[in-house]
Amino acid sequence: MSTAVTKGVILVGGPSKGTRMRPLSLDCAKPLLPIAGKPMVWHPLAALAKVPGLTEILIIGFYEDSVMSGFIKDAKREFPNIGISYLREYRPLGTAGGFTTVIRDSILRPPVPQNIFICNIDICSSWPLTEMMELHGKHRGVGTILGVNVKKETATNYGCIVSDPSSLVLHYVEKPESWISNMVNGGVYLFDKSLFDEIKIAMDDKAARAAEDPLLQLQSDEILQLEQDVIVPLAAAKKMYVYETNDFWRQIKTAASAVTASRLYLNRFKTIAPELLASSSAVIIPPSYIDPSAIIDPTAKIGPNVAIGPGVRIGEGVRVKDAIVMEGSTIERHACVLNSIVGNNCQVGPWARVDGEPEPEQDSKGKISVTVLATEVTLAPETLVRSCIVLPNKSLSKNSANQVLL
Amino acid sequence: MKMTVPTLPSSQLLTSSHALILVGGFGTRLRPLTLSWPKPLVEFCNKAMILHQIEALVQAGVKDIVLAVNYRPEVMVSVLKKTEEEFGINITFSVETEPLGTAGPLALARDILGKDDSPFFVLNSDVTCTYPFEAFRDFHLAHKCEGSIMVTKVAEPSAYGVVVTKPGTTVIDRFVEKPVEFVGNRINAGIYMFNPSILDRIELRPTSIEKEIFPAIAADQQLHSFDLAGFWMDVGQPKDFLTGEHLPLPVASHFATLSPPHRPTKNKWVYGGNVLVDPTAEIDPTAVLGPNVVIGPGAKIGPGARLQRCVVLSNAVIRDHSWIANSIIGWNSNVGRWTRVENITVLGDDVTIKDELYVNGASVLPHKSISTSITEPRIVM
Repeated sequence: MSTAVTKGVILVGGPSKGTRMRPLSLDCAKPLLPIAGKPMVWHPLAALAKVPGLTEILIIGFYEDSVMSGFIKDAKREFPNIGISYLREYRPLGTAGGFTTVIRDSILRPPVPQNIFICNIDICSSWPLTEMMELHGKHRGVGTILGVNVKKETATNYGCIVSDPSSLVLHYVEKPESWISNMVNGGVYLFDKSLFDEIKIAMDDKAARAAEDPLLQLQSDEILQLEQDVIVPLAAAKKMYVYETNDFWRQIKTAASAVTASRLYLNRFKTIAPELLASSSAVIIPPSYIDPSAIIDPTAKIGPNVAIGPGVRIGEGVRVKDAIVMEGSTIERHACVLNSIVGNNCQVGPWARVDGEPEPEQDSKGKISVTVLATEVTLAPETLVRSCIVLPNKSLSKNSANQVLL
Repeated sequence: MKMTVPTLPSSQLLTSSHALILVGGFGTRLRPLTLSWPKPLVEFCNKAMILHQIEALVQAGVKDIVLAVNYRPEVMVSVLKKTEEEFGINITFSVETEPLGTAGPLALARDILGKDDSPFFVLNSDVTCTYPFEAFRDFHLAHKCEGSIMVTKVAEPSAYGVVVTKPGTTVIDRFVEKPVEFVGNRINAGIYMFNPSILDRIELRPTSIEKEIFPAIAADQQLHSFDLAGFWMDVGQPKDFLTGEHLPLPVASHFATLSPPHRPTKNKWVYGGNVLVDPTAEIDPTAVLGPNVVIGPGAKIGPGARLQRCVVLSNAVIRDHSWIANSIIGWNSNVGRWTRVENITVLGDDVTIKDELYVNGASVLPHKSISTSITEPRIVM
């Protein structure tokens, strides 16, 4: 039996999304933010590229083409056997809205896929896509959803799933008011191509409801939420299944969560792509990613859980741990960078300390944990910046803690 | 420690050979340092505070020193035994069974202070200055009155007791506690000289010399004030070791003239001056020290460390790339690599700070090991 044709879709959103990623997303499109040394969108893309029978990956968002073109070019070179393209929506259409008209036709263009993966950009996961496919092949539902277990206190922030022992979804509620289950929607779906029929039904339903409700008429009938408008009715019709994973899973919503995601992916690289990691030495503690064009003084100490971007310069006696240092930044001698993100082209002076707390498991009401220096921030020698968010182009010469520096 | 009456050459009889240092209690204000070491022995600019005073008294010809204490730790007895031998002086511990205030200890030590007619010095152990004892004694002998008080000028006299003299003289007219209006800016510096006749004014009971005895002497016009030139400070609290731009090292440079091995260093690692390093300390050439840094005997400062406005007591180790400011690192303590210690952090004896931590304003009791950052000032028991 030949493997059925499969295509992948990655939903990357657009500039008006990702505001919680500020200040990093002020200067860098969220899908391109480096996580473990790779653009955020690379991680689902690389996972999809390994799925047997996968022929094509469509990245759908409403960033301008020029924003994504560099990445698409690199990705095509890295995965030459897979068609990779970016399809731009011209306005936000909701998570399922992208599947209308032009985009639907692109996905369904020959070779016509039997199965379609849909991946959200803002999650960090081990991407158990092959496992999802195995389960999907064994049932007759329309879709398989990735189910992940979260802490009971946070479950109601997600789409909650109740399933039976055969993995059939019995009940699905998006962000319920009271607790329903610890298993939640992991933001990765595998659908049969009949999804598009279901979307058509959902749109017709919505149009019918809109006709009765004058308030709804104000909205475009093309705005369609994948979760509320498609998965909820599919679950009610007993056509959704869930693949439950106990592997790591996180949302990447905030800048702070990028450090956590980077750590999780770097640890994953140890087994799936050790060639991406810097080799262990007296000064480099694995797992760490160091771009080949970065210059690291031999007396510095790097890692674990560090990702260092292109052209970065790390001076003598510098310590970097649990951090992301982005392209073109300089960390001068004896400085210390912990639990932090240093944006593009920053300058951290000698003996400065950029320090934060690890990202807390639960959202802690406006308290800043990880320090984020946005693009072109300069820190004077010996300055302490602790648990701060620093906006682009700031020059700091005073110590700061627990604040946003505009 | 004996209480013998020394035979003095008659030429010295009119000068002075006695002094009393008011040491007092356990030095709770200097904790956590004084949990391990008696307050008078805590090093200020690499020398026990009390030795600064004793050496200056010896230079002025003092032979008999009484320490007014309300406890007598063995370690202090043994340290001062050496001092007695070194300088050929007598040091007597006058132990109070109940706190006697600032005047009562004089009555308790009457046998020594009143054994001849020569005047004697009285010092509070917490104050440090240039100790111009000879000039002070000459001043006292010249005015022939019962007592002299050293006074120092302060910028904000409203927090102190101000000494007011009769116009155009050094005769003290009155004392004004915490004045609301400006009456003068000279305050009591805590160093006195008295004729033995003062002992007749003091009973053996808890008495305040400032509140009860001075006003009475001043009323008899028997009390003069002596202007202290140069620095003066009360080092009662850890922050007093560090606060103020001119502290503590101009102090040290004064003491350096007394004891050449303690001269501030002029080495390449110094940045901003005022660095006092004991010759037995080891400083990595890539470390950068100063301004206002004191490094004690046997201390080790690692590569790339950066220290300013801080005191590192004996045998402490500051490891590579750490950054320390406005802090006291206690004896035998170990500060890990890439740590940042600041904001009047005081580490007691044998404290360990693990690598990469941030320590902000912590007071750490002896023998503690710190393995998580202390981000807000607090006491670590």
